[in-house]
Amino acid sequence: MNPIGSFWTKLAHGFATDLIGADVCQIGYEGSDGVSIEIKNLNKSFGDNHVLKNINLSIKPGETCSIIGPSGTGKSVLLKHIVKLIDADSGQVLINGHDINETKDINKNLNFRYSMVFQSSALFNSLSVGENVGLWLREKRICGEVRIRRIIRENLERVGLAGKEEMQTAELSGGMKKRVAIARSLAMNPDLILYDEPTAELDPVASDHLAKVIMSLKEKVNLTTIIVSHDLSFALYLSDRVAMMHDGEIIVIGTPEEIKKSQNPIVRNFIYTTTKGIQEEKE
Amino acid sequence: MRFLNTILTKFLAVAQGVGEMLALLCETVYFFKEAPRNLTSIFRQMSIIGIGTLPIAMLVALFVGMVLAVQTGSELARYGTQEAIGAIVGISMVKELGPVMTSLLVAGRIGSAMAAEVGAMQVYEEIDALKTLEINPVRYLAMPRLIACLFAVPALAAFAMVVGVLGGGVVADINPKIDVPFSVYYDNMIRAMGYREILNGLLKSMVFGGIIAHVGCYIGFKTTGGARGIGESTTRSVVLSFLLIMVANYLLTRLMM
Repeated sequence: MNPIGSFWTKLAHGFATDLIGADVCQIGYEGSDGVSIEIKNLNKSFGDNHVLKNINLSIKPGETCSIIGPSGTGKSVLLKHIVKLIDADSGQVLINGHDINETKDINKNLNFRYSMVFQSSALFNSLSVGENVGLWLREKRICGEVRIRRIIRENLERVGLAGKEEMQTAELSGGMKKRVAIARSLAMNPDLILYDEPTAELDPVASDHLAKVIMSLKEKVNLTTIIVSHDLSFALYLSDRVAMMHDGEIIVIGTPEEIKKSQNPIVRNFIYTTTKGIQEEKE
Repeated sequence: MRFLNTILTKFLAVAQGVGEMLALLCETVYFFKEAPRNLTSIFRQMSIIGIGTLPIAMLVALFVGMVLAVQTGSELARYGTQEAIGAIVGISMVKELGPVMTSLLVAGRIGSAMAAEVGAMQVYEEIDALKTLEINPVRYLAMPRLIACLFAVPALAAFAMVVGVLGGGVVADINPKIDVPFSVYYDNMIRAMGYREILNGLLKSMVFGGIIAHVGCYIGFKTTGGARGIGESTTRSVVLSFLLIMVANYLLTRLMM
């Protein structure tokens, strides 16, 4: 570890807290419950391009729901509506029954936390791995510095990156970046976590490792998970329910088994492709 | 009709841009109240702007002061008034050349880097990530950069003024055509210059620093379209900063006369 870098980190994030041992957290950080999501008649256009057409979707608390479909069908746009990164032209997104478009600071006022893992990982290059993971905790002053360092360590361990706090993000592989992004999201202890194309740009081994990380989270933490992906095996393996989008609409929704058995020609064409699809199940 | 339509569209685009810049400025200034808890970030930006630009700013200022002394001194010598060179170089460096030259240097070196950095963050979803972490991007990115520039650019300009004046003094002393001793040069300069001139120069560089940071962040936030978009933003930020610095320089000079 670079001693000057370490000294700077301590100076920046609390040198004194090491001595007084501020191992406390604000009320409300502990515990995580899933949230219910209801999307009603959601529409969004960019110019003449009608990207989302009357989307209706309901997700139960603690459920893992994947949204699959070919590229350019509006999956990521739908995801960004749920976290208010994009405003809808019409329709509603209700989280725990509250319309998020009518609430200014949704995390604060609706008493739940959400976080999103972006397709590009979206790590901050100017910060180390540990600083990325602890960014929200430090910026919001959720916990004392000692506790923040413990949370960073625990979440990096969860995603299989123990002891990598001091590494720079530029030194990480694509799979490691993804896992740091997940650790950063988990550090918020969210009730809702959204993954945008989590396996994009990953090799099959890294994808498999990521699937195991998400699966173990699903087993240990009762959070609502939404995954947008065109990686079929990944989505079917992890999800309680899968929704298929085509041309801005949800054309089918069901359990992985129901999706595999769907007779909808678009779904069948998407699933049973010759090169990357899954093997058709015989009745 | 089509021509009028094009003019109107361009005008509306410019008006929208001006409106967006003013709105961003107001939001950035609003977050000044959060500066005490962002001191690390502000000092980090100050060190990038100040320490990184200091050597080149001093080198450029030294040669500008020397050239100014050579050209002005030799002309003054023809009329036997070369002793006024101290006042001319001093006033020029402090009121005009120091602030403007330093600001243009910072705009090219730091403003473009700011636009590229914030633009890359915009393109690669890092700004969206900040929003999902409930961190206001203006507070986290624009406010520390603006505050850092407001202080670092005048500091750089002050160094540039001193070095430029010294460079002019050395040339005036050693150049046989001018032949004005350094003590005469210095006395002449001090007589012509008061606190008002120095404050004018520092105030100007503070405004220019604000322009550089604000333009860099605004252009960065508006970046779209991948690597090409980032490149375009870099160029646009330099051009817009240069333009606004020149306009502001004229307006401030008129105001402070």
